[in-house]
Amino acid sequence: MKVPRSWLEEFVDLPETDAELRATLDDLGVVVEAIDHVGGGLGEVVVARVESIHAIDGADRIRRVVVDAGQGPVEVVCGAWNFEVGQHVPFAPVGSVLPGGLAINRRVMRGVTSNGMLCSARELALRDDHEGLLILDELTVPEVGQSVAAALDLVPDVVFTVSVEGNRPDAWSILGVARDLAARLERPLRTPALAPPSPGDDTAALAGADLRDPTLCSRLTVSVMENVQIGPSPAWVAQRLERAGMRSINNVVDASNYVMLELGQPTHPYDLDLVARASLGVRAAHPGETLVTLDGTTRALAQAGRGLGDTGVDCVIVDGDDAVIGLAGIMGGASSEISDTTSRVLLEAACFDAMAIARSSKRHGLRTEASTRFERGVDPELALRAVARFVEVLRASVPDLVWRRDPLDLRGQVAAPGRVRLRGSDVERALGVEIEVGEVRRHLEAIGFAVDPGPGGSLEVTAPTSRPDVRSGVAGRADVIEEIARLHSYRRLPRHTPTWPEPGGLSDRQRLRRRLRAALVALGVTEVWTPSLVSEDHFTRTHAGAQPIRVANPLASESAILRPTLITGMIDALGRNRERGFSELRLGEFGVVFTHPDDVDEPRRSRGGVGGAAMLELPTEDERLTVLLAHPDDDATTAVSLWARLAGVMGWSTTQYRLRTRKDVPGTHPTRTAEVVARPRGVVVGVVGELDPDLVGAMLGTTPRIGLVDLDLGALERARAGEGPPSTAQLPSRFPSALIDLAFTVPLAVAAVDLADTLRAASPVVESVRLFDVYRGSGLPADTRSLAFAVRLSAPDHTLEEGEVTAARQSMIDAALTEGARLR
Amino acid sequence: MTDWDLDLERASSAALAALAGAATVDELEAAAAAATGKRSPLASLQRSLGAAEPAERRRRGAQIQAARARLELAAAQRRDELLASERTAWLAADALDLGDVIVTNRPWSVTMGHGGLIPAVQAELEDVFVAMGFQVAEGPEVETDWYNFEALNIPPAHPARGLWDTFYVDLGEPETIVLRTHTSPTQVHLMEQAVATGTLPIHSVMPGRCYRRDTPDARHLATFHQVEGLVVDRGITFADLAGVIETFTRAFFGPDIQSRLRPGYFPFTEPSAEFEITCTICRGAGCRTCSHTGWIELGGCGMMDPDVFAAVGIDPDEWSGFAFGFGIDRCAQMRAGIADLRALTDNDVRFLEQFS
Repeated sequence: MKVPRSWLEEFVDLPETDAELRATLDDLGVVVEAIDHVGGGLGEVVVARVESIHAIDGADRIRRVVVDAGQGPVEVVCGAWNFEVGQHVPFAPVGSVLPGGLAINRRVMRGVTSNGMLCSARELALRDDHEGLLILDELTVPEVGQSVAAALDLVPDVVFTVSVEGNRPDAWSILGVARDLAARLERPLRTPALAPPSPGDDTAALAGADLRDPTLCSRLTVSVMENVQIGPSPAWVAQRLERAGMRSINNVVDASNYVMLELGQPTHPYDLDLVARASLGVRAAHPGETLVTLDGTTRALAQAGRGLGDTGVDCVIVDGDDAVIGLAGIMGGASSEISDTTSRVLLEAACFDAMAIARSSKRHGLRTEASTRFERGVDPELALRAVARFVEVLRASVPDLVWRRDPLDLRGQVAAPGRVRLRGSDVERALGVEIEVGEVRRHLEAIGFAVDPGPGGSLEVTAPTSRPDVRSGVAGRADVIEEIARLHSYRRLPRHTPTWPEPGGLSDRQRLRRRLRAALVALGVTEVWTPSLVSEDHFTRTHAGAQPIRVANPLASESAILRPTLITGMIDALGRNRERGFSELRLGEFGVVFTHPDDVDEPRRSRGGVGGAAMLELPTEDERLTVLLAHPDDDATTAVSLWARLAGVMGWSTTQYRLRTRKDVPGTHPTRTAEVVARPRGVVVGVVGELDPDLVGAMLGTTPRIGLVDLDLGALERARAGEGPPSTAQLPSRFPSALIDLAFTVPLAVAAVDLADTLRAASPVVESVRLFDVYRGSGLPADTRSLAFAVRLSAPDHTLEEGEVTAARQSMIDAALTEGARLR
Repeated sequence: MTDWDLDLERASSAALAALAGAATVDELEAAAAAATGKRSPLASLQRSLGAAEPAERRRRGAQIQAARARLELAAAQRRDELLASERTAWLAADALDLGDVIVTNRPWSVTMGHGGLIPAVQAELEDVFVAMGFQVAEGPEVETDWYNFEALNIPPAHPARGLWDTFYVDLGEPETIVLRTHTSPTQVHLMEQAVATGTLPIHSVMPGRCYRRDTPDARHLATFHQVEGLVVDRGITFADLAGVIETFTRAFFGPDIQSRLRPGYFPFTEPSAEFEITCTICRGAGCRTCSHTGWIELGGCGMMDPDVFAAVGIDPDEWSGFAFGFGIDRCAQMRAGIADLRALTDNDVRFLEQFS
């Protein structure tokens, strides 16, 4: 909201500097986003008459213009094209400085000397209009040589752009901001001048009002204005509107907008002679009704919207024939718009249900100055004061205006104002400091709250009608305490850093994630962050048979589906780096992947629906660590190697998991991928292997082998849940170990890890078994390979004798035979 | 059946047999060219159409079209079969038993990798809060409207929803499931769990990924990270909130950076505040970044709203609390001086390699 300082000063004295005012407003929660100086710094800019316009040889964007600024003809080079000979435009002579700080010098362009500059509205910091020169004839009757400031009645001002919070409907107006300042600065607040109704005929004799749905409208007032002459607004009205960010249109529309900006009450003027029976009614629209709004759009009414719990109620204004002529509180209809010939005005000043306006505004995609105010909550007691102010403002241009007495005034349902019983201890309990009761009373009364004595020294606080945001009971107590804290100043409140006996800490998952990340970085992996939302194309590349989880309102089709895997996003990241010439990459990412509830046995269920009354099925979320290994020699074996190193980080030795070939893992090479099974529980914690060459080829256009490690962090946690560190650490034997090698011919179906287990269990003196060679090829029976193990033998209490070693060796050979492995 | 029909029939059968007999994709492509190409019997029959009368010409033309379609379909089917079997054969030849990989025979080249900036900043924030006695909790990224909005005192169509541009998930009834727009729904889960298990108080921070339907620019990403804080305990006041913010600010940004609160509005806290810290660019002297105020906004906070306590069943006469939240990416941006946040999702290794 734009707040001209001079407008504020009508209601409260403000000797403060702009910076002091900004600090005060910020501290009140009315945050100043910008401070602009307007209408000043134009001292040397004068009115000039365009005498002649000439082309410049070889230039098609600039022209030579001769103007008269009161001291004879002056030549200027000008790039604007929107003016004609005889018109009056602003002229900044050489040596002058424009409001933005631009100093005007004599310049030569294309051989022509420019002795000054002709200015646009933006160059003069008057408006944002930069379409061409400011044509003064459209605004006033200019005199050559006169200062532009004088010609336009410009008064220098400062405009504060403030942001008003959603729970401050009272501050959505100049007067509301002034009220806050007056309360904080403990200065009197002046109220704006109000016009009385005219004597003579009463309103009911000519006009009608009909409030048919009291739940949608808490107040409907209808006033009649006669003797209206439509024309331009006085300069002070137009200037204020423009500085507050609204365009001046005509005196009636301007007066309506002026009152809205000043008091916060939207009003709507209708051409009385275009409204059937001069009657305004309020009701819910019926399905099938339509309305052409002032913006020329035809709107279908009472259509149920997409929004949760949206039933499609549109509150509308109807005329005496029950035809819809306006979307209440949002925008009027085109049929009864004020025109140059309007002589009688029907003025609606009403208060509509905030939620109904919010829903309609959202459904129709139509946000206006009026709807913004109504959906936050307008003071229902403001309506007729706003009309009186409207009349006062309009009388400046229409002195004979008649406002018929006894305007029609109907009441609907009004929510009771918030009422709160406040004890001194409540404030201290919330803010951690006692605020003296006299100060509490002073702050609350200054912003319109009624404060009465209650039992036991408490205060009975009643919110003003301008504060529909303030609730009753325990929630209202928090609302009232916020007001006290706000006016007392948050900065003056004490600070205290609390402590508690409960320890802080990370969860198991967070510790695991940190250890894995540290290990990955140490192993040369670079962490990326790829999108959670992917394209249909990405999804079907790996999960063609699965149900996609779509976003209903994506920003783009490339980001419309929740990713089922990190793999495709990471291949993209590889691809983009390859395009830049970086292809020796090892990338890793921790991220969530999503599975449709229809694709899992037990979908995640969560409270949802209106009021959280239903149980809804949600996508399953799994956190994965995915690593792509794309150095030139990387392949599935590199992936196994990386996995083994990560397993070490988790304290897993090679005996605690097995790799089991899997053909059907999406995105992976069917014969070079294995799932990692944690022993002894058999939890599958992820996969290692290679990416499917067809997938890589389709996405990169080339098929290097790319190693893959893809782990499920939840499964990693489950695999080790409940296990602490080993309860008894093994002490290595102090006696020397015997080392023997055993090579076996082993059927392909027997896993190396299983054979190692068998060897380990074959004799109590086996200390460790380690695979050190694999041989396939000639000299071996079909469907077998040779596995060679290094075996370490020892006893805890003596040095093994040769006989013991021989016996152990034979036990191992015998045990291996049960698995079909023969000693070579 | 005319001679012409017999010719066509013979040509088609021979071509079908050739297609079926192709043993490789290369053979198949040759057979397909012979069956339907320019020198095929079909093509010469086509060329001979001009000699026939108009009605017969139409009939024969249709016959040729049908035969051609049959052959093309057969070629396509055979091509898929051959490609699949070639892939199967190739995969079998390429097979590797990963259980036989000898890890110790694969020495790992010692190069240093690079952790992500956001996780690093997040970990640093977590460590500051853990040292202050906070647990670190996490929650899901897809939530119901109830957790993301309504339980937080933001009923449907509430104007405050305009503060969050929401991505809706296309599941169930429209607009019932959302990508969380903030980490605050995790607060609700924590409070519900604590009430259900009788484990109040709560002292937790909740980092996580959030989504807003905002076109990305230098200062905003549609996917971003927040950290949320929640304390629910006996006797907690606004002074405790201000104290926690101040302690965190100094611990994370350094001893010369201060914090201050000013009134703000969040439907789930009351009183609410925005918190600002000393501008980290000018150290409070005033610059363009801070609009010459010396302060920059970091996040929002406030005392838990009694209506939120009511939604999760916490007695506001016994317990009080506060919540706060701010952007991790924004902290990272300030910490690392990143001119454009979009660099974080570009994954250009030249950018990533600057971080440890």
